Amino acid sequence: MIEKTPWLDRLTVLFLILGIAGLCFPLYYTFVAATLTLEQVSRVPMPMIPGNQFFHNAMIAMQKGDLGHKMFNSFLVALGITVGKISISMLSAFAMTYFNFPFRKLAFWMIFFTLMVPVEVRILPTYEVVSNVLSPINQILGWAHIQVNLNWSMLDSYSGLILPLVCSATATFLFRQFFLTVPDELCEAAKIDGLGPMQFFWHILLPLSRTNIAALTVIIFVFGWNQYLWPLLVTTKPEMQTAIIGIQGLIPKMDEMPEWHVAMAGSILVMLPPVLVVIFMQRWFVKGLIENEK
Amino acid sequence: MIKKSIFKNPVLPYVLVAPQLIITFLFFFWPAGKALVQAFLLSDPFGQSSQFVWFENFKFLFERPEYFVAMKQTFLFSTATALFSLSCGLFFAVLANRIIRFKSTVRTALIWPYAIAPAMSGILWLFLMHPSFGVAGYYFNEILKLDWNPVLKENQALVMVVLAASWKQISYNFVFFIGGLQAIPKSVIEAAAIDGAGPIRRFWSIVFPLLTPTLFFLFTMNLVYAVFDTFGVIHTMTQGGPGGGTTTLVYKVYADGFVGLDLGSSAAQSVILMIITIIVTTIQFRYIERKVQYA
Repeated sequence: MIEKTPWLDRLTVLFLILGIAGLCFPLYYTFVAATLTLEQVSRVPMPMIPGNQFFHNAMIAMQKGDLGHKMFNSFLVALGITVGKISISMLSAFAMTYFNFPFRKLAFWMIFFTLMVPVEVRILPTYEVVSNVLSPINQILGWAHIQVNLNWSMLDSYSGLILPLVCSATATFLFRQFFLTVPDELCEAAKIDGLGPMQFFWHILLPLSRTNIAALTVIIFVFGWNQYLWPLLVTTKPEMQTAIIGIQGLIPKMDEMPEWHVAMAGSILVMLPPVLVVIFMQRWFVKGLIENEK
Repeated sequence: MIKKSIFKNPVLPYVLVAPQLIITFLFFFWPAGKALVQAFLLSDPFGQSSQFVWFENFKFLFERPEYFVAMKQTFLFSTATALFSLSCGLFFAVLANRIIRFKSTVRTALIWPYAIAPAMSGILWLFLMHPSFGVAGYYFNEILKLDWNPVLKENQALVMVVLAASWKQISYNFVFFIGGLQAIPKSVIEAAAIDGAGPIRRFWSIVFPLLTPTLFFLFTMNLVYAVFDTFGVIHTMTQGGPGGGTTTLVYKVYADGFVGLDLGSSAAQSVILMIITIIVTTIQFRYIERKVQYA
């Protein structure tokens, strides 16, 4: 500190405590609800001191909403999106920086275009494609007057949940930017030592990209786990739904028992994985957040 | 841009870009093209037959008040969310930057809400603010006598949705503002202090102007978030109600397409949204380029 400002310092601490309390209050409130009985949670206003029913409520939520299975789905989907996004964007960034080929610019602009059209904007036609991934081929052959009826539906499948969210211009640009800063001497040396392009990628570029990969992994995992609109559309079978959709099913409807304690216990379980990832990998998370948006 | 030292191979680069381009084609270009075609077609709800109707779908949209209401509500919702989460984020970042002890604990406590899914945030805030069983709703009505009923009142529903949508965005802005604050050279601040500027004067005359690039960047990012990523908040809290008061443009694409099965109208709305995003991205890209030049 430059000068002594005791009153300002006290105000700073006071407002910080108030701010943190405000930000954390919805979570505290959820946690309290998750630890009460049905009778306590239905009281208006609800008690503000936690009870001792958390494990009981969590067990009911797990059974009623089949959350164990759905969290496994969420985990697979988040992992699939993370691995898929990072691998396809690393490969295409590698091709665009280390090779000179016709259509290089075109490929760049095609990927750039995806920046502009998020999945939320074109949900219906994307849904149609996912319901029959081969429909573009049918249509294109149809223009050539060849009638075919190929059918491959990705609805209610992991690939349907993962693939449409895998494309990412930002990750591609991030790796492209990073590869451009890698010293040219490394590539020269590798060539002199007789390494092919894929060996160079595997043994030199990939280890150099470790920190970028770690940072992106944290961001994309949280993004994947928290998806809502897309899983809502492409899954109809309960066993394919993700955890957040499952919670939606636990929320009491108008004419049901107001079992908010069960819904809130489930919510705590479902929110936990991404929160833990952000808290324990905070360094990577901050790095990824700032770099991903550049 | 390309490296100086490159590899030569006639086939490999195509193999490398193929996975991304195939997925881009299947899930971006084809659907976008399809939306473009569909926007000019009138289809029955089952997609069996359709006829070409020129701009009928657009005309239909613009002839009725619903779309303009959705535009206005989206504008209100996204600017309110952006301004609220920006000011909170900045305020917390300035405070957290002043303290010396418990620095990392305080940061973690302010960052974790970023991990909450918008849909979960909607559920949590609804449970908190609900007029009949939420604690906040109860105190608004019983103690503050606010006549709080977001289930029936549009403006209150909008306030509730803005709060839930801003929650994780405050953490997002906090991360960027902390970064921006730390990038300000200490010497500038110290020089101002020697010239007799107090902490508040230093903030408004030095820190705030130096943060404006971050501020503009975050403002666009927050708008984009509020327009495109808040479907979960609205779907879990209000389903676009009451009376269309919280129906945003993205929510309307969903509601008209998947619930109302009006394929042409939904596609026309998709096309309009695509045009808006293209404009926003272009502006953003221009802005980022400028930032790089002056950096």
